[in-house]
Amino acid sequence: MRFATSPAPFVYAGCSVPRVMFQVLLALAPVAAVQVALYGPGLLLQLAIALPTALACEALAMRLRGREARVALGDGSVLVTAALLALSVTPLAPWWLTFAGVAVAVLLGKHVYGGLGHNPFNPAMVGYAAMLVSFPLAMSRWPVPLDAANTDWPSLAIHSWHAFLGMASPADFDAWTGATALDALRSGLAQRYTMEEIATRSGLGPLAGAGSQWVNLAALAGGACLLLRGVVRWHIPASMLAGLALPAAVMHALDPGAYPGPVFECFSGAAMLGAFFIATDPVTAATSDRGRLAYGAGIGFLTWVIRHCGGYPDGVAFAVLTMNLAAPLIDRWTIPRIHGHPR
Amino acid sequence: MSAADIAGAALLAGGLAVALGAALRRIVAHLPADAGALAARIDALLPQTQCGRCTYAGCRPYAEAIARGEAGTDQCPPGGDDTARALAALLGREPRPVNPAYGEIEGPLVALIDEARCIGCARCLPACPVDAIVGAKKRMHTVIADLCTGCELCLPPCPVDCIAMLPAPAVEHRRVA
Amino acid sequence: MAHNRPRGLELPAHKAVASTAPIGTAPAPSVAALALDQGSGRAARAVVAPGDRVRVGTRIAVATDPSTTSVHAPVAGRVLAIETRPTPSGDGPCILIENDGSDEREAAPLAWPGLEPAALVAALGDAGMAGYGGAAFPAAPKLAAARRHAARHLVLNGAECEPWICCDDALMRARAHDVVLGAQVLMHAMGAERCTVAIQDDKPEATAAVQAAVEAAADARIAIAAVSACYPAGAERLLLEAVTGIEVPHGTWPSTSGLLCQNVGTAAAAAGVVRGEPVTSRVVTVTGSGVARPGNLYARLGTPVSTLVEACGGYTDRPLRLIAGGSMMGRALATDEVPVTLALNCLLVATAGDLVERGTEYACIRCGDCADVCPTRLLPQQLLRGVVANDPDVLERHGLTDCIECGCCDYVCPSAIPLTARFRAARAEARVRESARWRADDLRDRYARHGQRLEAASEAERRAFENARDRARGQGG
Repeated sequence: MRFATSPAPFVYAGCSVPRVMFQVLLALAPVAAVQVALYGPGLLLQLAIALPTALACEALAMRLRGREARVALGDGSVLVTAALLALSVTPLAPWWLTFAGVAVAVLLGKHVYGGLGHNPFNPAMVGYAAMLVSFPLAMSRWPVPLDAANTDWPSLAIHSWHAFLGMASPADFDAWTGATALDALRSGLAQRYTMEEIATRSGLGPLAGAGSQWVNLAALAGGACLLLRGVVRWHIPASMLAGLALPAAVMHALDPGAYPGPVFECFSGAAMLGAFFIATDPVTAATSDRGRLAYGAGIGFLTWVIRHCGGYPDGVAFAVLTMNLAAPLIDRWTIPRIHGHPR
Repeated sequence: MSAADIAGAALLAGGLAVALGAALRRIVAHLPADAGALAARIDALLPQTQCGRCTYAGCRPYAEAIARGEAGTDQCPPGGDDTARALAALLGREPRPVNPAYGEIEGPLVALIDEARCIGCARCLPACPVDAIVGAKKRMHTVIADLCTGCELCLPPCPVDCIAMLPAPAVEHRRVA
Repeated sequence: MAHNRPRGLELPAHKAVASTAPIGTAPAPSVAALALDQGSGRAARAVVAPGDRVRVGTRIAVATDPSTTSVHAPVAGRVLAIETRPTPSGDGPCILIENDGSDEREAAPLAWPGLEPAALVAALGDAGMAGYGGAAFPAAPKLAAARRHAARHLVLNGAECEPWICCDDALMRARAHDVVLGAQVLMHAMGAERCTVAIQDDKPEATAAVQAAVEAAADARIAIAAVSACYPAGAERLLLEAVTGIEVPHGTWPSTSGLLCQNVGTAAAAAGVVRGEPVTSRVVTVTGSGVARPGNLYARLGTPVSTLVEACGGYTDRPLRLIAGGSMMGRALATDEVPVTLALNCLLVATAGDLVERGTEYACIRCGDCADVCPTRLLPQQLLRGVVANDPDVLERHGLTDCIECGCCDYVCPSAIPLTARFRAARAEARVRESARWRADDLRDRYARHGQRLEAASEAERRAFENARDRARGQGG
């Protein structure tokens, strides 16, 4: 009797790239829900433009490279890039801004290097950095989060719709937007207010900024699910949060009026989203466990430095891009000792 | 920012750059520059055919010439493009394919003595750089195929032209504990 | 006495299906096809010709170098032919013997305790002993190396970590006394002072049986060690580390670290050799959902595996793969008309339900799951980069030669990249490159000696060499 043959092994764990990407998207759902609840449905509009744009750009890039688009579209990685970008961008961004950001992320952040698995830089952060540097004003228009004082979600929704279409006037923006917690921190400290004064002047909650603390909490919850399911490993999130919290704790202890504490740092801006979803992007991170610890710590530390010594209120994006540059060197320096090789 | 600030920053940055550059130069200059060690490392990459096609008197002289910077990495046809690339990578030079002026890259060859025509003059014996030809005056000569490197140095001395170069069979060289 | 947290995978074992029944006996084949390469990779040299009459145990092929084993006839009868036939490790020359049914044996028991160890090693080699663990590495050179390096610790590998395979388990349960006797023979042959039988902790009956046999033999030198049921805990170097704590240095053999590892089946075969039975059979696991009555069989070498399947009740529904070995490292056979060889420890007749289909292949997303499970602590994703870029430096730096091709990285890869197959091909290429390097080293030595000889030689000879060299430079430059 004759048989077909194939190479060993003949059994597999059943993990696949689409499954990994799908689980990441699921874990982002709590973040999206909280963001919509607090900042209005603008996020849904951003997703509505980001996801199709990402798919279209991926298909276009594969066609230009002379490859089959179907496999690339099926792996789901570009959807994660688009979702992360949509979550990072203000819900009041006009459609062309998100469109341009996603296009840059997919085309210049990923396919220029050869597609999935070949890009040295995190594509979502490439797109975000390009948008931030090119359109700083549009990128800083975050709505004041809804809270006990203001529960007018429908009006916020209408305003978001206008902003999305590019029809909102500066007066509208003045009515609806306010500084984010990190923005307020930056400008407040520059004006020599102390932390307590900033806390009372702007809306800061128990952990951090009134709205962003809940978004970060949701990101922590989603990230914990990914950790438990083994989709991400603990090294990068733990080391990034440690790298962010340690300098914060030290400086806060030395000068509490001028530096926020570690809890504030870890629950504001894109800290939790970055720790569990952005920095953990396997393609652009370091490879070995020790390397990942160094990589994550570098991102955390650089985030703190950029927040307090740099020119932007939040440093996660640039910290990630900088450590992406360092990842190959970190890999080179942290090759684990192979069994049987000298210690 | 005042002009003084800018000038100060420029001086600081420039001064740092000059100081670090000078320090690096001194460190590199003090690193042991053992030309012999470099030549040995180059020689380790060469195929040891000892044919002389590179215009040097054997593989080691070629390696030493490369270490001195006098020879290029593209002069060894028996090593092929793989060796040329490995040499360039070792020295940090631009990789170049083997220059055809030094000879054609052929597959591995083995010399075969046609015993019917061999007259036993023993002129080919000293010509072989690895002593792969056995024989003596008035006795039959033969080439030990496993040791022949295909350098073709035995061809010119033979007065009756009885040596042919044939494609070498793949021989796996083994080491046993 | 496990020394390190075991790295690898915990896989569903699928062993109980075949290991519960006692070992059966496969019928002797009507025509035995003895492969000259019993799995070590190189062929022995036949010493019989078509028409010769042989008895069971007659030597029909001799070892030509330390990587080959001699082969002995498993049936009595007439040599039909020597021709190329399919075997479990690819097509190769086979000696075909027609079984005349007489089963006449040649038996020459060895008075082994009185034999000099070196003579015992030679006798074991003459009897065709090779490793029974699946690689069929000749035993005599290993034992000789152990003597040379004064290795004092024999480790018997009863781990059998790969899913589906249970022939060692069955052997230890049924013939533990032979295993212990064989251990004593091997210890005498190599000059060992102690022996540890390593058995995975998921084999309690085998452990008990071997324990009882050791106590019955009253040999204080032999101990039993439990190793965790993790794949691939039975890989030689990993097992040695788990049992003794010694990491055999890369590029050296275990004997230089004072250790020798042999499969329990090899030990049982040694017991047979001193009883006068050269190596002519082995236990083979026939398992999988594609066979009606899975079990273990004593099978003579040269039996077509189709006979083994019939002895186990035949095929059930159409099996998907016929695998020589287990589900992680086995080799899919194209036909069931291949003979049993020493390397064939298991025949996995797998239906679709026994296997998992490989998914769509994507690019490597550098997730690092492969590095987490690699038992040798390699970085398979970096190795893949080196293989794709064909960069020998990267491959060497990341330890391609240390890869044991266990398949753990393939198992977990979410991009379904055929890593093991790529590494196997790259290792073959690396061996060719290494062989070329050794050759160059030898040639360099010869050239240096040639130069020394010339210095002492006559002026004429020296001039002859230089003229030849100059003429070549003239042609080339």
